[in-house]
Amino acid sequence: MTARRLPGRLRPAARRVLGAGALLLAVLLLAGCGDGAQSSFDTNSEPSRLIERLFWWMVLGAAVVFGGAVALLAISWFRRSRSGIPLFGEREPVATTAVVTFGIVIPILTLAGLFTAANVLVMRKTNAPAPSSTSMTIEVVGRQWFWEFRYPGTDAVTANELHIPTQTRINLVVQTADVIHSFWVPQLNRKIDAIPGKSNRILLYADAPGTYRGQCSEFCGLQHAHMSLRVYAEPKAQFDGWLRNEASPAPELASAEAARGRDVFMSEACASCHTIRGTEARGEVGPDLTHVGGRQTLAALTIPNTAADMAKWITNPQAVKPGNKMPGLRLTPDETKAIVAYLQRLE
Amino acid sequence: MAVAIPPAIERRLDRLERIWEEPSGLVGWLTTTNHKRIGLLFLFTTLLFFLAGGVEALLIRTQLLAPEKGVLGPDAFNQMFSTHGVTMIFFVVVPMSIGAFGNYLVPLMVGARDMAFPRMNAFSFWVFLCSGVFLYTGVFAGHAPNAGWFNYVPLASKEFDPGPNVDFYALALLFSGISTTATSINLIVTIFKLRAPGMSINRMPLFCFAFLAVSFALVFALPPLNVALVLLELERLAGFHFYDVGSGGSALLWQHLFWIFGHPEVYIIILPAFGIATSIIPTFARRRMVAFPLVALAEILVAFIGFGVWAHHMFAVGLTQLTTIYFAAASLVIVIPSGIQLFAWITTLVTGRPRFKTPLLWIVGFIVFFIVGGLSGIMFAAIPFDQQMTDTYFVVAHFHFVIFGAAMFPLVGGLYYWFPKVSGRLFDERLGKLSFWLTFVGATVTFFPMHIVGLLGMPRRQYTYPGGLGWTGYNLAETIGSYVLGAGLLLVVVNLAVSLRCGAPAGDDPWEGDTLEWSIPSPPPEYNYAVIPTVSSPYPMWDREDRELDERRLAAGEMTLERGHETPTSSVEDANLDEIVAMPSASWAPLLTALMLAALFAMLVTRHWVAAGGFFGLAFAVVGVWHWNEPEGA
Repeated sequence: MTARRLPGRLRPAARRVLGAGALLLAVLLLAGCGDGAQSSFDTNSEPSRLIERLFWWMVLGAAVVFGGAVALLAISWFRRSRSGIPLFGEREPVATTAVVTFGIVIPILTLAGLFTAANVLVMRKTNAPAPSSTSMTIEVVGRQWFWEFRYPGTDAVTANELHIPTQTRINLVVQTADVIHSFWVPQLNRKIDAIPGKSNRILLYADAPGTYRGQCSEFCGLQHAHMSLRVYAEPKAQFDGWLRNEASPAPELASAEAARGRDVFMSEACASCHTIRGTEARGEVGPDLTHVGGRQTLAALTIPNTAADMAKWITNPQAVKPGNKMPGLRLTPDETKAIVAYLQRLE
Repeated sequence: MAVAIPPAIERRLDRLERIWEEPSGLVGWLTTTNHKRIGLLFLFTTLLFFLAGGVEALLIRTQLLAPEKGVLGPDAFNQMFSTHGVTMIFFVVVPMSIGAFGNYLVPLMVGARDMAFPRMNAFSFWVFLCSGVFLYTGVFAGHAPNAGWFNYVPLASKEFDPGPNVDFYALALLFSGISTTATSINLIVTIFKLRAPGMSINRMPLFCFAFLAVSFALVFALPPLNVALVLLELERLAGFHFYDVGSGGSALLWQHLFWIFGHPEVYIIILPAFGIATSIIPTFARRRMVAFPLVALAEILVAFIGFGVWAHHMFAVGLTQLTTIYFAAASLVIVIPSGIQLFAWITTLVTGRPRFKTPLLWIVGFIVFFIVGGLSGIMFAAIPFDQQMTDTYFVVAHFHFVIFGAAMFPLVGGLYYWFPKVSGRLFDERLGKLSFWLTFVGATVTFFPMHIVGLLGMPRRQYTYPGGLGWTGYNLAETIGSYVLGAGLLLVVVNLAVSLRCGAPAGDDPWEGDTLEWSIPSPPPEYNYAVIPTVSSPYPMWDREDRELDERRLAAGEMTLERGHETPTSSVEDANLDEIVAMPSASWAPLLTALMLAALFAMLVTRHWVAAGGFFGLAFAVVGVWHWNEPEGA
C-alpha cells in the first residue's frame, strides 16, 4: 500500500494526551496500517481524515467521562463504610446538585460542542458534493454479489476494481440492481447505501496514488461477505490510458486456443449472462468481461485472477463462492482451458 | 412473621390460603392465574430461549474464530445471526424483563394480591410460549429468519428470499406481540389502579416508574412494527407491493416503520434494567436514592424521547441533510435523562455505605458497561462518524455493551437479588462473585475488541473474512471471550440451581431491602399480603411504624379481605381506596385461546387459508366462553 503518511499537524492532540494511558488504542492504530487494509485510520482524503480526527476528539471526551465515572465508583468502594460526600458530608442538596451538574449541565455544553463540530463543520465535507464542484462522475451499481462501475460519457463498464484519477473530485452515483447494498471505502470517505429506486451521491477523492479496499456494508444475502472492491487511484495520465482501453471493445485474438475459447464461451451459457463488448455476448446478469484479463481479482476480490484460479472458478463457482448466481457448466478440461486462455487475453 | 403466631391471626391466614389456593400439580401450572407462578413460567421459558440464543452466539463466534473457517456455511451463518438477534431481543430480554420481573414483582411492590387482569396475564404467557415454539419450529426445520433482526426489504421480499424463513420471522413477531401488548396493558393498569391505599404516585418505587414507562412505550411502539409486518406478509403471501419499488412501493417505508418501533425498543430493553438498578442500589447503599423525582422523571422522559430518534439508524440511506440533523439533535437530547440516572446511581453509591455483595456487583458492572455503550452511542449522533461506522463491528460492539452489558447485567443482578425472596433460600456468595467476574471479564474481552475491528473496517454480518486486514487477532480474542462469558453465565445458573436445594434459609428480608416485597415471607404466600400494607414513603420497609401498624391491623382483621378472592383498587394519583374487586381465579381458557392462535399462525405459515380462518373463529369462541365465566365486576 502506498498510503501517504499523515502530516504531523493532523495527528490530533487528543492522541498525545491519551498516549500514556491507552496502550490498547495505540495497538489498535498500528494494527490498522498494513497492506491492503480497509482501516478508517489509514486515511487518504480530507473527508475520512476529518472523520478520524472527530473520532479521536470524541475518544478524548469519552475517556474523561469514563475515567471520572469509574473514579467515583472507586471512591464509593474506598469509602464504603462512611456515608456522605468527601468535604461536603451528608448534605442532600449537594448530592442533588452533583446529579444536576454532571447529568444535565455538563452534558448539554459538551453535546452542543460535539453537535456543532460534527454535524455542521465536518458534515460540510462529507456530504454529497455540489454538482458544480466535481470534475467527473462515476456510476456504481451494487449487485448480488459484485460491484459494477460505469463511466458516463464512455462505454467503459467494469466490475469490483474501480480506477480513479488522484486529486480529482469525483461525483459517485450509487444505485442498486437488486437489494440494498452499501458502498464503503473507509480510507477515502464514509459509506453510502444503494437503495432501490434511489440514486445516492457521495464524494470520492484520493490524495495519493494507491489501492484502497472497500466492502459492501449492508447485509445483502448469502455472499455479503464476498462483495468487496478495490479502488485504484492513479495519476491522471495513467488513469486516462486505462479508461481509453477500458472503453474500447474487446481486443483482437492472437492465438488459436483463445479463438476456440471464444467459440465455447459464445455457444455455452456464458454469453447469456455476461457482456463482452464487440462480440455477441450481451448478458446482463454477471459482470462485464470485456477487459476481465486486466483485473487483479475475480468474484469481488474472492480469488486472485490467475489462470489456475479462473479455471477453478469456471469449473465450480459454487465451491468458491457458495450461492452466487454463476452455475457450474459441464465443460471438458480442454474447453475450460480454452475459455481461460480467451478471457485472460481480454486485457 | 413472628415465630409464635396468635391463633386469631393463624385462622385468618388459613382462610386466605384456602381462598387463594390453586389446583395442585400440572393442572395448577396450566390453569394458573397467579402472577408469581406466571412470572416463574416466563422466567424459565426465557432462560431456555437465552440458552438457545447463547448457543447461536457461540456458533457465530466459533465460525469467526479465524479467517475462512468452515464451521457454518453462509446460509447457516445468516440464519444463526438473525435468529440470535430475534431470540435475544424478542424472546429473552423483553419477556424476561416485563414477563418475569414485571409480573412477579410489580404486584408485590405496589402491595396488590395479583395483576389487574390475571387471566389475560396467563394468556400473555401461553401466547409467548406458543410464539417462541412457533419460531423455533421454523429454526429446527431449517427455515430460521435469515434477513437479520431488522429484516430489510427487498432482501426479505419473496423475490430474494423465497423460502418460508421470513414468514416465520414476521408471523412469530406478530404472534409474540400479542403477548407483549397484553402484558404491558396489564402492568399499566396494575400500577395505576392496584397500588395499596396510601402509595400515591410520588411514593411509588422507581422500579414501578421504569416498568410503567416501558409498558407505555411498548403499547405505542408495537403498532408500527405490526403494521410493517402485516404489510410484509401481505406482500409475501398475497402478492401486494407495499415495499416493491418496481410497482410504486418504497423499500425505505419498511426501514421507517421498523425503526419507529425499533428505537423505542432499545429503551424498552434498557428501562427495566434501570428499574432493577434503582431497586438494588438503595438497598445495598443503605440510603435513599439521590434525586428521586429527577430519576422518576428521567425514566419517563427516556421512554418518551425514544420515539423521536428513529432515523439515526438510517443516516447512510441518503436522507436529506435537514432530516439527519434533526434526528442527530434529538438523539443527543436523550443523553440528558440517561446522564441524570447515571449520576444519581453513582452519587447514591458515593454518599451511601455500599455493601458490595453479588447483586450490587452486577449493578456496578452494568454502570461501567452502560457508560461505555452510552459513550459509543453518543458518537453515533455525530452524523459523519455514524456514516463511517454504521453497519460495522463498531455498532455490534456498541449495542452489545448496551443490550448485554447494560440490560442483561441488571437482569442477572436482579435474579440474585430476588432469588432469596422467590425461593426462600440464600445463594452462594462466593460463587456469585466468581460468576460476576467471569461474565464481566468475558463480556469485556468479547465485545470491546469489536470496536477496534469495526474501526479497522470490518463490516458486520459477514460469515467469513479474509486474513491480512488486521482483524484476525481481535476476532480470536472475541471468540475466546465469548466462551468465558458463557462459562460465567452457566455458573450463575449452577449457583442458583444448587442453592434452590441446599441454600441456607433466607428469612423475609435478608438484604434489609426498602420495598414492600421484603415485608412478607419468602417465598411469598399465594395471596401476597395478609393485610393490605400501609404506605407513607417510597421506602416502605424502612418505615418501621407502618410495618408495626400492619401487624396490629392483621391482629384486628382490618384490610385483610378474607371473605373472598379480592384485592383493593385505588385512585390513580393519590391512591385513595377506591373499591374492593373480586379477582378471577384458575382457568383453562387462556391456554386454550393461545393454542387456537398457535394453530392459526401455523396455518398461515403453511398457507392453509380456510383452516386459518377456522382457528380464528375457534379462538373467538374460546374467548367468548372465557368471558361468560368472568366474575361480576372484575
